[in-house]
Amino acid sequence: MSNIEKNDNAHLAEPITGPTRLTGAEILWATLVGEGVTVVFGYPGGAILPVYDALRKFPIHHILVRHEQGASHMADGYSRASGKVGVAIATSGPGATNLVTGIATAMLDSIPMVCITGQVSSKVLGSDAFQEVDITGITLPITKHNFLVNRPEDIAPAVRYAFQIAKSGRPGPVLVDITKDAQQQSALFDFAAAKPRPYAAHPMLSVQHDHLHEAAELIRNAKRPVILAGHGIMQSNAGEQVRSLAERMQIPVGTTLLGLGAFPASHLLNMGMMGMHGESWVNHAIQEADLLIACGMRFDDRVIGTPTTYSPNSKKIHIEVDPAEINKNIKADVALVGDLRQVLEQLLPLLPGRDGSAWLKTIADSKGSAAVLDITNLPDSGHLYAAHVMHDLWRITDGKAIIVTDVGQHQMWEAQYYRHDQPRTLITSGGLGTMGFALPAAIGAKVACPDKEVWVIAGDGGFQMTACELATIVQEKLDINVAIINNGFLGMVRQWQEFFYEKNYESTPLVSPDFVKLADAHGIPGAAVRDRGDLEAAVQSARAHKGPYLLNFLVEKEDSVYPMIPAGAALHEMIRRPGRNPLDEHPEDL
Amino acid sequence: MLHTFVAYVEDKPGVLTRVASLFRRLNINIISLTVGHSERPGISRMTIVANAPDHANAEAGHRIRASLFKLEDVVEVDDIGKAPAVTRELALIKVAATAHTRSHIFELAEVFRARIVDLAPDSLMIEITGVESKIEGLIQVLNETEERVLEVCRSGKMTMRRGAHKSGVLRAMGVGTGEPQPEEPAFEHFADNI
Repeated sequence: MSNIEKNDNAHLAEPITGPTRLTGAEILWATLVGEGVTVVFGYPGGAILPVYDALRKFPIHHILVRHEQGASHMADGYSRASGKVGVAIATSGPGATNLVTGIATAMLDSIPMVCITGQVSSKVLGSDAFQEVDITGITLPITKHNFLVNRPEDIAPAVRYAFQIAKSGRPGPVLVDITKDAQQQSALFDFAAAKPRPYAAHPMLSVQHDHLHEAAELIRNAKRPVILAGHGIMQSNAGEQVRSLAERMQIPVGTTLLGLGAFPASHLLNMGMMGMHGESWVNHAIQEADLLIACGMRFDDRVIGTPTTYSPNSKKIHIEVDPAEINKNIKADVALVGDLRQVLEQLLPLLPGRDGSAWLKTIADSKGSAAVLDITNLPDSGHLYAAHVMHDLWRITDGKAIIVTDVGQHQMWEAQYYRHDQPRTLITSGGLGTMGFALPAAIGAKVACPDKEVWVIAGDGGFQMTACELATIVQEKLDINVAIINNGFLGMVRQWQEFFYEKNYESTPLVSPDFVKLADAHGIPGAAVRDRGDLEAAVQSARAHKGPYLLNFLVEKEDSVYPMIPAGAALHEMIRRPGRNPLDEHPEDL
Repeated sequence: MLHTFVAYVEDKPGVLTRVASLFRRLNINIISLTVGHSERPGISRMTIVANAPDHANAEAGHRIRASLFKLEDVVEVDDIGKAPAVTRELALIKVAATAHTRSHIFELAEVFRARIVDLAPDSLMIEITGVESKIEGLIQVLNETEERVLEVCRSGKMTMRRGAHKSGVLRAMGVGTGEPQPEEPAFEHFADNI
């Protein structure tokens, strides 16, 4: 407070409308304020100090992370939870390189994010100065675009352009590298004049009318259609349109991992998740389909198995905003390149309705024999399985919490047992599969949605990659619940070793600290849960506690995720849970 | 399979890296790349000849084009493909030649409509313009002579679509397929071409 009073530029707390002379550092903050930024995640250092020095004059809350990787994951989680552009800040050199994993994570999942890095002075650029690294060179393939700014007058246009690039078309991360002298020198700041030229849609983005009619004809005549619901539904805010398409034409829906929540899990037409650990009947339906309508998804290898065996008898309609995705993995019969919501709004009037009952019944029948989820097949020995944790978390939170997962077995169990009815309630690293994502991303999500219940679900391995951010949670007084699914192994790798490497558990057993004591050292209460009977009470006490809480679930050590399609196999060649299908043994029981 | 692209790009530092990096990432070898100013101020023109590996699917050309479009600094991309176009390459070739052997080289240069642009006591330099096969033809016959080829410097391909001709004219010139040119370049019907 006293800082602001002493400061000559206290008026900067108000939005700056007319042209004003400011330092580069002030221009950066003023531009961020103008772009609607209220919170940034960062870590100071030499080459970004002028920016940090100017922060006190602006109405932006800075969250101090413990490692810059956390800053980029937090900005990512903030963006995924809110749909707004997350901002991460780091210094030059190691600060900037520490952001890299988070930037790549955002790139692979098309998350709009802007990273600001300090850079050594322009006079010494390229001289291997202290903490100098060519971060625009390093991040070139993992950003949508990046900028090296070395004049104060270029800061506002570059940052505004960065926001536009991050949000437009297929979203993604953008990095702005600003030299220290550009932060220190002053220039005329004019927010309005720094507006980038309007976003021009991709020249290849053109939905042809005859293609729309062709697609509509395929949909009207399909006997066994399936909608593939992807992350693009969230990005383009097209949930309602996809729902209309499914309901009006009575088409069953399978979702990708990042598409979970895009179509309500409880909807009668939602079959569930497809792909490597998807439900068997979803993958069977896709294999037997005569028409696939891909909505905002990119036929990732974890979804298709192999391109040659994928849904061999179906026509494919691919609705996608990025023309480079068309025909990349799976050949499209009709490609509708454009914003999903706009394309569907044009397509829906051409679709009057359809009776899909025969095909829905076929799927229901195949589900009937396979829908006995693994959870009901687990031996009821009182032992705790990860699936129990997910299922109870879903039940107790009424499916309404934001779940932020790490990567591995628990991530797949979460996807199978926590049923998401709302978009942006599952936050997970799909494309890059970044371990250590959950804790920092959950911080971003909680900051974006302070009124929502936020749960971190992480394995004992991934949690330790970014466990330092527990201190950030405490410093920011964030009410985040942490559930560690602790099986003493790098579980998914162990599972692959079990299936494909003759149980040679090389380097997968891991010794961990006592996580409850670790939380305690941060002043975070917690408890270890060993028995299934203690599960509900533990979850309830975490929810009842105001402030962060950590639960260490000591689950069955050598459990595996079923079903599983081995990498490179066809969708129908899945590995089922061995010998545990009660329907095979006592079909009359169910 | 060879693909030829013409790209208009912003004339800024780092643009060449972004374009080159894209091909590197797709594991596609760039055979030649020429860059220079275009008719538009602040915009450079690139002709890129790339060799997509055999395992790349038939749509590689479209994917490369779409990926090029995704680069912020790229303004326009044209996939020349088999469209009627004029393609030229310039080469400078230095050959070891003395007063006794020069005349033979002069004769060869004449046959290829090449010019001698430098003459030193023990070497000479040939300038040749034309399509790739013509330049390679000259280099080949030079290699078969007694004289040593000391240096070869080639500009890489430059390509420009032909203007709107009547199909008969194109046939008479012996270029292209003779089919009338589409009024708009291929991206109008992107999905048709993939």
